[in-house]
Amino acid sequence: MVTGSDFVPTDDDIAIVAVSQTPAYRLWNDSEQMLIMRCVNDLLGSTGMDRNDVQFTIAGSCDYLSGAPFAFVSNIDGVGAWPPVYESHVEMDGAWALNEAWHRLMLGDIQTAFVIGSGKSSPGTPRHVFPLQTDPYTAAPLGLDYPSIAGLQANALINAGKATERDFAEVVARSRRAAMSNPNAQVSGDHSVDELLAKPHYSSPLRLHDLPPISDGAAAMIIARGKRALELTDRPVWIRGIDHRIESHHLGLRDLSSSPSTKLAGEKVGVHDGPVDVAELMVNFSHEEIILREALGLQDHPNVNPSGGPLSGHPIMATGLVRIIEVARRIIEGEAHRGVAHASSGPALQQNLVCVLEGGN
Amino acid sequence: MAKPCAVIGIGQTKYKSKRIDVSLEGLVREAALRALADCELTFADIDAIVVGKAPDALEGVMMPELSLADALGAVGKPIHRVHTAGSVGASTAISGANLIESGRYERVLVVCYEKQSEGNATWALSGGRSGGQGAGGSFAPWIRTYITRSGAPEHIGWKVATKDRLNALKNPYAHLHLKDISIEKVRESPMLWDPLHYLESCPSSDGAAAIVLGSEAAAKKSPNKPAWVIAHAKRTEFGQFPGRDTVYVQAGVDCATELYKKAGITNPRRQIDCAEIYVPFSWYEPMWLEGHLIAPFNEGWKMTDSGATELGGDFPVNMSGGVLSSNPIGASGLIRCLEAANQVRGTAGEYQVDGAKVALGHAYGGAAQYFAMWIVSSELNPTFN
Repeated sequence: MVTGSDFVPTDDDIAIVAVSQTPAYRLWNDSEQMLIMRCVNDLLGSTGMDRNDVQFTIAGSCDYLSGAPFAFVSNIDGVGAWPPVYESHVEMDGAWALNEAWHRLMLGDIQTAFVIGSGKSSPGTPRHVFPLQTDPYTAAPLGLDYPSIAGLQANALINAGKATERDFAEVVARSRRAAMSNPNAQVSGDHSVDELLAKPHYSSPLRLHDLPPISDGAAAMIIARGKRALELTDRPVWIRGIDHRIESHHLGLRDLSSSPSTKLAGEKVGVHDGPVDVAELMVNFSHEEIILREALGLQDHPNVNPSGGPLSGHPIMATGLVRIIEVARRIIEGEAHRGVAHASSGPALQQNLVCVLEGGN
Repeated sequence: MAKPCAVIGIGQTKYKSKRIDVSLEGLVREAALRALADCELTFADIDAIVVGKAPDALEGVMMPELSLADALGAVGKPIHRVHTAGSVGASTAISGANLIESGRYERVLVVCYEKQSEGNATWALSGGRSGGQGAGGSFAPWIRTYITRSGAPEHIGWKVATKDRLNALKNPYAHLHLKDISIEKVRESPMLWDPLHYLESCPSSDGAAAIVLGSEAAAKKSPNKPAWVIAHAKRTEFGQFPGRDTVYVQAGVDCATELYKKAGITNPRRQIDCAEIYVPFSWYEPMWLEGHLIAPFNEGWKMTDSGATELGGDFPVNMSGGVLSSNPIGASGLIRCLEAANQVRGTAGEYQVDGAKVALGHAYGGAAQYFAMWIVSSELNPTFN
């Protein structure tokens, strides 16, 4: 259902004017720059802009995925940097690059920005890499990895009486079914809940299908201030708000069955200040959808992760930006008028970003 | 319209080879608490936190804002992490300034650090490949090109190395306190990467630096003098392509041009009182004086040779001792930016430039391809003649 609103954008409002993403690949047997270049060329083609018309560029990527310090430096080969460009980089998901670009355009002196997120997980073993995100003194030496931490969190959810393993399987079944109509999905299929529950545990109470696939991919968008946005597209998607919050990295200090940082970010951006037509949540593990729905007040919402979400494709460092793109695309195509996108960083949903998008001229 | 932004608090740790007395959390917290104390605030007064550092592989901690969130009082708040190679410290300061200038935040804490003793910096600076040439090995051929092109005499590098170490003796936070430094000692030190001698190279340091940035209202409420951020600029270009000028780098020229234009500066040599410029190897002082339009082309070395860049000269450079005296890589750019602020606040202690009102903070990185710079002033709207 598409809903209306009394929002009237001004020149100080900032809109997504074009979006692009590569499919999520299990193995992209070429460089990360080539993934980025595909998105950049796509965006320039769809807006008719020249590279030098885009006044600011900011990318999110992670050296550790490539296994090389300064890996991000070569990523500018995919964007272009001659003549020299005004550019920056966050060692975070592209959703945080969007957050920085959004703030930068508020200053008013420049009108347009590229926002990019990219990652190739295939060269390494995520189970070995990601423990390096945990406390370097007390946790990382133990090799406490994402699936193990996710298992602890899923268990906390069950112990709190908030979910069952069947609920997790239902998330997976729905996500994979939704992904069947997503050309960028890596994993999709029609599975019954009972069929999924018959599989063995992997990181109890989670099964392998409760985990995201290992993916390579990139995503990018062009954003622009009010007037310029209307010159570039007749279907701008306005960024009504972005907020992000973090929690303690000490798992023992957190109630793992809830996400207060998502809840707070959602309140700050006013998720429910208008109707929510669609939501794309960065559900890295199936049980997280239940936690995130609760935190955002979307418990019974009928249109969460229509793309299939990260369970169908998880190009780390682009996954969060892809959520924003999936909502924007639905607004551009007229399937939705107002939507919510969510990105996360860190083990067990430690850090969360919430973005509200709205269409209209 | 961009809202005014000021540096209202400054904090640094002592820089040294190994800070084995503190964890990573302890290190960043030390700088952050000093910056907060400088403006009589606590973590509760901070709206958002920005963290910057060079590659995660230097310490082996991936996306460290996650495990530092508690130590930086960030729980329940926004925190984000910047990484733009060696320029990251200045990029992080600019990222923090953007948050204030957007009008969305009143007080932002910016923290940068490196604990190089936790890893192998030369390995990491070689892109994680063994047998790498390190940063000096990358820059030495370009320095030789500069010497050939400009006709600069060999002693210019020794002179910069000596001057910055003498300045460092006045800075209690500086890593290197070489009391008997002299041009002869620099010249006689081992040759590392021709033409760079050992004493013409930066040290490898542990350390953290922090600033509190505030809005105009926050600056007015602050107990100490603010340093107003009157302009900032960034530029990036490819690290290599045929015909690239790696000495007089176009991105550096463009970055300075944009910076001065935004600040209203038409004659940087005369209108800027002093500068903290990222000089990890001695020759980069004259190279960036030219490359950032402070000295005429091929004449940066004459500024150095004349003593203009010494404390007491007409354009002092790296009064704090610079990167040649302290180099926790990820923090080094922020240190340049905050030392510029120290000068215009009048809080630079023994290395204060008398009456400094306008100062430049600068960093560069990668294959001399990333540039981030800001101008701070004791006045919100300085006028230039």
